[in-house]
Amino acid sequence: MTIYIKGMGNISPQRTWGSDDLLSSPLSYAGDKLSCVEPDYASFIDAKQIRRMSRVIKMGIASAAMAMKEASVPMPDGIITATGYGCLEDTGVFLSKMVGNREEALNPTPFIQSTHNTIGSQIALLLQCQAYNQTYTHNAFSFENALLDAMLQLSEAPRRSLLAGGIDEITGQSHEIQSRFGIFRKQSNNSLQLFSERSGTFHGEGSAFFVLSGTPGENDIASVNALTSVYKPSYAELTEAVRNFLSQAGVTLTDVDLVLSGKSGDALSDGHINRVCGDLFTTTPVGAFKHLCGEYPVASAFGCWLAARMLKAQRVPEIVTPQYEGQQLKNILLINQYFGTHYSLILLKAC
Amino acid sequence: MEQLMGNLKRQIIEALNLKHLKPEDIGDDQPLFVEGLGLDSIDALELIVLLQQHYSIKIENPQEGPKIFRSVKTIAEYITAHKPA
Amino acid sequence: MVAGTGVISAIGNSLPETLHAFQQKKSGIGAITQLETLHKNVLPVGEVKLSTEQLAKITKQPTITRTALLGIHAAREAIASAGISSLKKWRTGLISATTVGGMDRTEDFFQPFLQNPSQGRLRDVVHHACGSTTELIAEAIGVNGFLSTINTACSSSVNSIMLASRLIRQGLLDVVVAGGTDALTKFTLNGFNSLMILDKEPCRPFDATRNGLNLGEGAGFLVLVSETVAAREKIEAICHVSGFANTNDAYHQTASSPEGRGSFAAMQQSLEVSGLSTDDIDYINLHGTGTVNNDQSEGTAINRLFSDKKPKLSSTKSFTGHTLGACGGIEAVFSVMAIRHGCVFPNLRFQQPMPELGIVPQVEFESGLKIRNVMSNSFGFGGNCSSIIFSQIQR
Repeated sequence: MTIYIKGMGNISPQRTWGSDDLLSSPLSYAGDKLSCVEPDYASFIDAKQIRRMSRVIKMGIASAAMAMKEASVPMPDGIITATGYGCLEDTGVFLSKMVGNREEALNPTPFIQSTHNTIGSQIALLLQCQAYNQTYTHNAFSFENALLDAMLQLSEAPRRSLLAGGIDEITGQSHEIQSRFGIFRKQSNNSLQLFSERSGTFHGEGSAFFVLSGTPGENDIASVNALTSVYKPSYAELTEAVRNFLSQAGVTLTDVDLVLSGKSGDALSDGHINRVCGDLFTTTPVGAFKHLCGEYPVASAFGCWLAARMLKAQRVPEIVTPQYEGQQLKNILLINQYFGTHYSLILLKAC
Repeated sequence: MEQLMGNLKRQIIEALNLKHLKPEDIGDDQPLFVEGLGLDSIDALELIVLLQQHYSIKIENPQEGPKIFRSVKTIAEYITAHKPA
Repeated sequence: MVAGTGVISAIGNSLPETLHAFQQKKSGIGAITQLETLHKNVLPVGEVKLSTEQLAKITKQPTITRTALLGIHAAREAIASAGISSLKKWRTGLISATTVGGMDRTEDFFQPFLQNPSQGRLRDVVHHACGSTTELIAEAIGVNGFLSTINTACSSSVNSIMLASRLIRQGLLDVVVAGGTDALTKFTLNGFNSLMILDKEPCRPFDATRNGLNLGEGAGFLVLVSETVAAREKIEAICHVSGFANTNDAYHQTASSPEGRGSFAAMQQSLEVSGLSTDDIDYINLHGTGTVNNDQSEGTAINRLFSDKKPKLSSTKSFTGHTLGACGGIEAVFSVMAIRHGCVFPNLRFQQPMPELGIVPQVEFESGLKIRNVMSNSFGFGGNCSSIIFSQIQR
């Protein structure tokens, strides 16, 4: 099932909205986390409606609006949201007050907004969209689940336009807790140098939404032709999964013009993915993206946005890989991994 | 009463995050819900928490909300009548 | 096709116990015994009558999150009842739904963590994410193919069964274990309490005097299989998922529209997908939470869709409490049970109909009926509305 990307909106730690520039002067961060470059939300949401919204909800709404604007689709036929952790800020506020106030006199608003479906349902409420509305929250398969759902729906009704996106936020508490697992690299002064060391990664966040349809059109950005997810594979299983995936999609290893790798900078997590890139794609350039957005459950949504933009522009920014030298860019294989347990493959084609 | 209503307006703006309003924008008799300030059922619950936190008044039945929270003045009257000694 | 079902809730830890409770009209709602909370003797709940340690023991698991343990228990019963020789032979997936995930343990973590951010045991938060609950279940039941987790609040697990049906219909998977699980937590208990929609008495869905819901907990899973699997594994499935729809009310963050536009659309569209008419529906398992708003909204939509020819209907939440992300899965198991046993379940504590609607639910357990098609409704905060239809397979 091929689905076509009609519009995209991406709020990320890079300047990924508001201009046509594609990462020509990427932003570098010091420390162990990369936070989003955010727009002025007042231009997306009116004051009466914005007052209860946490950052993750506002990022979701604004990036969804950007995608719909680019696609010229004012009302989607369905909204599919992916989030690994959901609305962490509100969850943390309610939990903290519950503990602090000993279960008394608790404000309902953070509880209401703590549920994972708040982002998708707020988009529906603002648009008055009564169509299909779904929220996936399966760690680093969340975005892949959302794309698959879009494919299923669009194979039933190809003319529909669906809004699908992935979003996760960093909060003070979530960063503090996740840091204690020792997964983030300390004492870095340049996030763009992520791959120059071998231990730990950077905490990231972002919101990328896509307008998708089952019918091709003149202004398509790119198409998503196949996707799959693989949980805790051995190296042999992952290699086989990549081979099967490409052959089912009717693409040979050499047809892939660029591999976009979801390596995270941590040698332990990246072991399989680096080996796959080295063993299978001996002559294919391999690019990376997590030095731009950091690591988070739906980082593959950033990767998908980047792949689609590169296919449309027929250009690979130097920060993604300096290896790429100007051939025609037809097929990009996005191979993502998340802490060495969740792997996904997404094949995108130029339109 | 005047002072109580002034405090209430500030507390309401803070609790409901009505950043676009100043206390003087809210009339004493102005309806708070729907046609007035446009508050909704979630705000009514927040106001119940506000009364509990700031005035130690507990409203057990949310159905009483619309009557008590009609305007800043009705809330002030309710507080005056029900404030614990 | 539905090959197997499994359930655990306040009214029983297995299918036979559950059916027995329905026959005896034995509600599972009572005082809190497992949670340490301020609301212990105030708010009644539908607890699973096992401690987390007991659950871990009978599922032969470490004391991971309660949500995962409940899910493992029900998913295993569903797989056992399906009688599939080996899940590994087929392209098997697990789609689960949960709203709290590992919140029960995160609550333990937060007490010391708030005192000092370097405190709190990390093993208490390692399974916090909803998706981790599904992965714990997947590893316990030996599924490592397609994995997905859905959280659309209280409509979550109907959506997981819907996705499973689509994946099988489109030939992407052969076998899917689909449903949902949620444990009672202080987070949800206090959250719903802050919304002031928890009844201090056992709930009375669809009654004129209803005054809120009671929270419950549990898990319900189905094993759905393709026709090929059913034939090759010699499974005599008794029903299949014939229709489903997911809509959004897009009215308010928490309140349902008075006319129930989202729930009406979900029920109507699920009928369209199934190719059935309202006359074909023999029983509706209501969302029926017992809140003033839900029951009024859902009832209005039902009156509009079914007019004066309403099927038998009841809210089994009067037995189990509202199990949030699990209710769609649990009530799907009940729907299949209704078809299998030709029975309908009582709506406990109903005395007088809502005056504006006049709907009288089923109040007695009744068997010996021909139940061909069952509609099950699940609606959630954020306007998420889902309906699903189970239909008897004609032989």
